[in-house]
Amino acid sequence: MPKITYPAKFEFLDEIRDFVAEVARQGGFSDKEIYSLQLAADEAASNIIEHAYEGIPDASLDITCTMQGDTIVITMRDEGISFDPSKVKQPNLKAKLSERQIGGLGVYLMRKLMDDVRYESVGKSNTLTMIKRRA
Amino acid sequence: MEITTQEFKHGDLVAVKGRVDSATAPDFTKALEKINEAGRFKIAVDMSELEYMSSAGFRALLASQRNCKKYNRGELVLVKVPERIREALELAGFTELFKTFDDPIEAVGNF
Repeated sequence: MPKITYPAKFEFLDEIRDFVAEVARQGGFSDKEIYSLQLAADEAASNIIEHAYEGIPDASLDITCTMQGDTIVITMRDEGISFDPSKVKQPNLKAKLSERQIGGLGVYLMRKLMDDVRYESVGKSNTLTMIKRRA
Repeated sequence: MEITTQEFKHGDLVAVKGRVDSATAPDFTKALEKINEAGRFKIAVDMSELEYMSSAGFRALLASQRNCKKYNRGELVLVKVPERIREALELAGFTELFKTFDDPIEAVGNF
């Protein structure tokens, strides 16, 4: 499975989105779906950089992105602080402006945009798997 | 990401182009804060040439809207929101927090 290792820096989000878009395009996803996949991958990688690797310089994350039949499978592996998206509280989307939560939105979008989001932490290694079937 | 700000009598027009993500959102936030620091709180954000915006950009808009609306001194509105970005804003439940316009002049004239 092709794997690309990216420095855990926000400056590489562009490349991560391009990588996912390329695989999705070849896999026959529509432009609308590709935008959603890029957004989900961006939110996932941003969370790893911001939370899992908070205060840790020179970290990296391994990303794989493959088609399995009509389904795209994106995995992100890091060795930072375990950050399980399923434990993040869903933001209240009906709250007034003054009470809107600033956090939790990225994880919420990931879950809404993908068919399935799984998280596994084994030893030092955390793996996030995101799956979406082509429409 | 590229930002240009134009000051009008009734409010400011901020055109944000390209991509707003975790890498570029801090500069977007700074551009919006700079307007507030100058004592101006009526902002129209022109998104017609915006290609992409992640939740980092949404947070910047939310923080600015809070600051603008404080003491009823102003408001931040969105102009020409591209379809994909509007869909993501809707998913995040953000569309009801911002008035939207199809024309920048109309948006600034609304203030």
